[in-house]
Parts: sequence; structure tokens; C-alpha cells
Amino acid sequence: MDGEMVRGICIAGALAAATLITRFLPFFLFPAGKNIPKYVEYLGKTLPFATIGMLVVYCLKDVRMSAASHGLPELISIAVIVVLHWWKGNSLLSIGAGTAVYMALVQRVFA
Amino acid sequence: MEKKGALAFRYAFPKTVPVMVGYIFLGMAYGILMEVNGFGIVWTLAMSLLVYAGSLQYVGVTLLAAGVNPVHAFLMGLMINARHLFYGISMLGKYRDLKRFKAYLIFALTDETFSVVCNEKVPRAIDREWVFLWVSLLNHCYWVLGSVLGNVLGSVISFNTKGLDFALTALFVVIFTDQWKSRKDHGPALTGVAGSVICLLLFGADRFIIPAMIVILVILSAGYRREAKKEVKEDGR
Repeated sequence: MDGEMVRGICIAGALAAATLITRFLPFFLFPAGKNIPKYVEYLGKTLPFATIGMLVVYCLKDVRMSAASHGLPELISIAVIVVLHWWKGNSLLSIGAGTAVYMALVQRVFA
Repeated sequence: MEKKGALAFRYAFPKTVPVMVGYIFLGMAYGILMEVNGFGIVWTLAMSLLVYAGSLQYVGVTLLAAGVNPVHAFLMGLMINARHLFYGISMLGKYRDLKRFKAYLIFALTDETFSVVCNEKVPRAIDREWVFLWVSLLNHCYWVLGSVLGNVLGSVISFNTKGLDFALTALFVVIFTDQWKSRKDHGPALTGVAGSVICLLLFGADRFIIPAMIVILVILSAGYRREAKKEVKEDGR
């Protein structure tokens, strides 16, 4: 095994461990029969909404407005997804169409 | 016991069909991305089987390809998956009295599995623990199958994959839209977007996530204090 492979295994292990912690921690902190503090309950109700908003921004963090495309492929594709999803409510359709539009834009239109 | 499982399977399978289509599609995109970055079937299988966290696995392709410090990968994992903490908190009640499969069910609590089980009201005649198991296990299988398929097909048929990773952005936009429609108070969603954008502009793409999480927590906590005060006032009347 070379060093690169060992490093890869360590990275994969770190990702697995981090995921396990985030999934199991609430059940360790608040085992059956123990009350959940009101503050945590409030966060549990509000944070998922904020987090998804943050992840959308995270996905777009490398978009440069100053680049040749001015972030237009991202803007157009997201508009397509939101409109389509608002209208049909079919996750697969929205994700598939949005990705197809984006791929077409970055490969053909703004290439 | 076998009959219990079969009954639960017939009940659970239809509920997983939307996830099946989505996971095979997104899993394939992941498998292809891994292949493009030089990671074969063993890596793909191991990641999808053992990490089993869609968004983190996508980011993980970059981390693996760059060979980053594992500590950095670990912190990144905690940050990206921090939202699972709140899925766990939401399922505390439902998963409370489970016994046989509890550990696996918690391990396999992805965004999509959560979205299926959190609204699930299993009829009395059917064993709920088996239903939860089938939903979780089937979804896990779809994800593994999709990513392996993408990894293998990606090396056979080559096509221009530029922009394929946008599927992840699309997934989050879809979840965001669903959440927006399901709620009247858009404060938390707007807090997430605005806090992140401001921190992105201030700190740059590589280091904005932690400040953004702190800003979001501070704003949400202020909202909690406001609500708590209001309750005290109302109680006092």
C-alpha cells in the first residue's frame, strides 16, 4: 500500500466517523425517557431550514460573477428548478431537468 | 417473524420508489464523478456503503482527489452533516422504543430516508420497526447500486460530464423549495441564505462555512429568546 492510498483510507474513515457522530449524537445526548431542552427543540425546528439554505450557497461558492458567464448558467438552472418544482412538485423531474439545462448551458452555450 | 417482514416490505416498498429513482440517478452521477477522478469500484462501493451521505460523498470526491489532511476532512464532514443532528432530534420520539434495528436505522438516516420515515404513520397491523428497516435498507441499496452502476458505466461509455455535479445543487434547491412551501415563517430559511452569502463575501469561498454556522446560530438563538420572552409575557397575563 502506498502513502496515497493510506491517506485516502484515512480521509474516507474521517468522513465515515464524522457522519456517524452527527447521526448518533442526538440519540446519545437524549436517550429514551429524557426530556429535550426547549432550546434544542427550537433549534431542531428551525435549523434544518437554515442549513439547506446554507448548503445551496455552499454549492454556489465558486461561482464568479466576473467570469465570462457571469453566473448565468447557475441562475437560469436554479430558476428552472424552482419554477418546475413549484409547479409539478416532482423531485426527480426538477433535479433531472435542472441538471440537464445546466449541462447544456456550460457545455454548449457558455462553453 | 418472516411473515411480519414480508408484510412490512409490501407496505414499505412503494414509499421508497421516488427515492429509488432519485438515488440511482444521483448515485450514478457520484459513481461517474469518482471514476473521472480516478477512483474505481472498491472506493465507490466502500464510500456508498460505509459513509452513505450523499452531499458529503460529493464533496469527498474533491477531498480524496486533493489528498487533504484527514482532520480537515473530518471537520468538513461534521460541518456538512451537522444538519443530521436535527434529523436525529426530530426522530428521537419515533425511534425511541425500537430494539432490533435501532443502530442501523440511525446509521442510515439520510435526508431522503428521513423525509420518508418522519411522516410515516404505520397501520397497527404492520410492524413499524420492519417498515423503518425496509425503507432504510432499500434506500441504502439504491444508493450503492446507483453509484456502482455509474462507476462501471462511466468507464465504458464516456460522455462529457461537465456540469453533472450540478445535480447536488439541484437536490438542495429542490429541498429548499419543498421546505419553503411547507412553512409560513421563512425566517430560518432566509437566515441560512443571507448569513451564508454575507460570510461568503466577507471570508471567501474556502473559509466561510464556520462563520456562517455561527451567524446562523446567533440569529436563530435571538429568535428563540424573543419567543421565550413572548411566552413569559403571555403566561404572566
